Amino acid sequence: MSSLETGIDITKVHDDDHAHHEELSFWRKYVFSEDHKVIAKQYLITGIFWSIIGLGMSVIFRLQLGFPGIDMSWMRPILGQWLDETGKLDPNFYLALVTMHGTIMVFFVLTAGLSGTFSNFLIPLQIGARDMASGFLNMLSYWFFFIAGVVMFISLFIQTGPASGGWVVYPPLSALPQAMPGSGLGMSLWLVSMALFIVSQLLGGINYITTVINLRTRGMSFNRLPLTIWAFFITAILGLISFPVLFSAALLLIFDRQFGTSFYLSEIYINGEALPNVGGSPILYQHLFWFLGHPEVYIVLLPALGITSEIIATNSRKPIFGYRAMIASIIGIAFLAFIVWAHHMFVSGMNPFLGSVFMFLTLIIAVPSAVKAFNYTTTLWRGNIRFTPAMLFSIGLVSLFVTGGLTGIILGNSALDIQLHDTYFVVAHFHIVMGAASAFGLFAGVYHWFPKMFGRMMNTTMGQIHFWATFIGVYLVFFPLHYTGIAGFPRRYYTFTSYEFTKSFTDLNAFVTIAAIFTFIAQFLFLYNFFYSIFKGKKASKNPWQSNTLEWTTPVVPGHGNWPGEIPAVYRWPYDYSKPGAKEDFIPQTVPHSQTPESNLPHENEEIAIEKDIEAQNFNDQFRNAH
Amino acid sequence: MASTATTTSTVKPRLWMGGIEPMKASYGKLMMWFFLISDTFTFSALLVSYGMVRFSNPAYEGAVEDFTFSNLYWPIPEKVYEAVPFLHGIELPLVFVGIMTFILIFSSVTMVLAVEAGHRMDRAAVEKYMLWTLLGGITFLGCQAWEWAHFIHGTESGTVISELVNGNLVERTIFGANLTENQYGPPAFADFFFFITGFHGTHVFSGVVLNFLIFYRTATGLYERRGHYEMVEKVGLYWHFVDLVWVFVFTFFYLV
Repeated sequence: MSSLETGIDITKVHDDDHAHHEELSFWRKYVFSEDHKVIAKQYLITGIFWSIIGLGMSVIFRLQLGFPGIDMSWMRPILGQWLDETGKLDPNFYLALVTMHGTIMVFFVLTAGLSGTFSNFLIPLQIGARDMASGFLNMLSYWFFFIAGVVMFISLFIQTGPASGGWVVYPPLSALPQAMPGSGLGMSLWLVSMALFIVSQLLGGINYITTVINLRTRGMSFNRLPLTIWAFFITAILGLISFPVLFSAALLLIFDRQFGTSFYLSEIYINGEALPNVGGSPILYQHLFWFLGHPEVYIVLLPALGITSEIIATNSRKPIFGYRAMIASIIGIAFLAFIVWAHHMFVSGMNPFLGSVFMFLTLIIAVPSAVKAFNYTTTLWRGNIRFTPAMLFSIGLVSLFVTGGLTGIILGNSALDIQLHDTYFVVAHFHIVMGAASAFGLFAGVYHWFPKMFGRMMNTTMGQIHFWATFIGVYLVFFPLHYTGIAGFPRRYYTFTSYEFTKSFTDLNAFVTIAAIFTFIAQFLFLYNFFYSIFKGKKASKNPWQSNTLEWTTPVVPGHGNWPGEIPAVYRWPYDYSKPGAKEDFIPQTVPHSQTPESNLPHENEEIAIEKDIEAQNFNDQFRNAH
Repeated sequence: MASTATTTSTVKPRLWMGGIEPMKASYGKLMMWFFLISDTFTFSALLVSYGMVRFSNPAYEGAVEDFTFSNLYWPIPEKVYEAVPFLHGIELPLVFVGIMTFILIFSSVTMVLAVEAGHRMDRAAVEKYMLWTLLGGITFLGCQAWEWAHFIHGTESGTVISELVNGNLVERTIFGANLTENQYGPPAFADFFFFITGFHGTHVFSGVVLNFLIFYRTATGLYERRGHYEMVEKVGLYWHFVDLVWVFVFTFFYLV
């Protein structure tokens, strides 16, 4: 412990094992690694694995919806007993597919795959840290996620099938094993898997938050953080506060299922027999679930918006429009995320007055969201735009965010939601605004930071083709669903053939299915590009996008500890693109104002005076002498 | 470490400008705080659930002296928790749980003393106060075990309840409580009692394990060699949190 003369105690408790030199064994280097970059890649690869399964499932149930009763015998090697003799999909398995698609995509792909990858990869690199605060907890976080995935994967193969009550697993359906095959062992495994997943999120989240607060390099004040880091930081706080509530909800549900309690159960007849459970409330579960479930939407979306902010500014060669407004809107969205959950429950029999309160709060979200959409547009406005694949996906995200956001305003009104609840209109809304938009953020991030991850470039042309196929495909899939939703198609139904009005939509449903298959196949282009480029891609330069942020000051492939010598100090915000007077159209954060007198603004000239103090304030770097 | 202090000896550190721990707290301590914030929400969810179910059940409306157990209304807690070991048959409302609460809060006091001793680098005192804290934690768990056993075992006469079984009204006497039936009131009362005090007890148990680890490492001189007793402080944060949660559990289950 050292004590400054100013009376400040600086307690250094960083593990000393950062400093050792010897080569780590294969297992410590690639499998049980504590290096944030390796853990990020582990999250990314696992996320890609799950997205193939999750999207594959959606194609299977889309086949049933587009072509009811279609013969799927050719998929018997995969689906086995879930097809009857004629090759028709088992209705119970249809429900399981819908449930698993939702669970996998929301939690494993867009939460772990997106946040896990980019928070881990970018936080230390962009704030100027050697690694996460605790590499060990970070490793633990990944392996908890991995085990959660193993448990969920096993549940796909059991006799009674995986959980089938929808990704929200509302009781009593999910609480009573006799209610449906999917509420048996599959449901138990789902709950176990989610509990493990929540532990993983907690360990990851406290690491992200602590790292951003404690390990920023000298000069990296909060108002110089890239917007990616702001987004990851706020996302981690959201997860930290909302996931434990799901944990409680899941534990109570486990007790209802296994130990005969009645937290969520009351007065139920099943198969003509009265159950002894009294006193519980299924609505209670809905409240607890959506207290997580709504922030979860922003846990999925905010990192994508952060990534987009960074990529749009870089590739427009312009400072992000309204940096502080962007931060304020992230914080605003995060705050509102906690007080709007009951808009998912307008039809649950909730007091209509309470409904109108939640409606009011929900509609306020349009304000910070619109701030973001307008700021993206104004950043693009008259920019010197470079249409890299990452940029295309970022612009695509803005488009999807606006489209899906507009239907959000419709659904936020309880009077309209009561009509549209659980129809395909809702499906279209959330797939566009949180599903596809976040996936676009994920793609944008991979295309943009691939050179830093693997030291090679992805193929640009293939990336552009992938973008257009995905962008058009997503709209072709989800735009028509608005119409089927308005027409009254309920979600999660196996077939609609028993209603006369559905007849005129048969072609539209078939069209959506074909579009879904097209979009799914287009993703293999990305997979090919991704894996091919890891090994055979063009060698990347140090700063291929001419970007300002700190990660591009590291070597092409950063080693353990990220910077070979001292961690660079930071003197300016990350968005000095096309600054009037400057020699080049970008000025990295590491360039002091004293070196750029030609482009400094008056208030920046004043900052020159404190540059020396900042340079000297280096207490966080555990091994600043080259090692 | 020591070398870093020389560079800015004359300059006031700019706490939020990076390169320094802005809250003068190590990452480990911050992590513990964030974990506790998260855990706060776990317990809040449970206590809010308890509140919701409790107020959806009717309260007892008669005079307190005439109170009898029934599954038709929520019981008066003082009438449920009135037993003390070795004092069979004497009504002592909330005396035993009061003693439990006192023990747990007192173990927080000894934890503070252990942390303070750690600041002084007084190894013997840390050991002493950690032992007292351990004793407090283990005693609390023991008391809880007795409380649960008594709650499960029930009163001597039990409670006669009438319930509908396959369309017929059946009367039977039940003793004590478990997760499916409850002589003191609605089954939900026992469900929540077992779940929340059990969840809290699990936390106390983890705390005792951690406290033991700290005690062991202090006794073997690990922290002395490391040069600081920060681990005592971090585990102390957890221990105080567990005690604070108990105050809320106590309030919700026993007082209101």
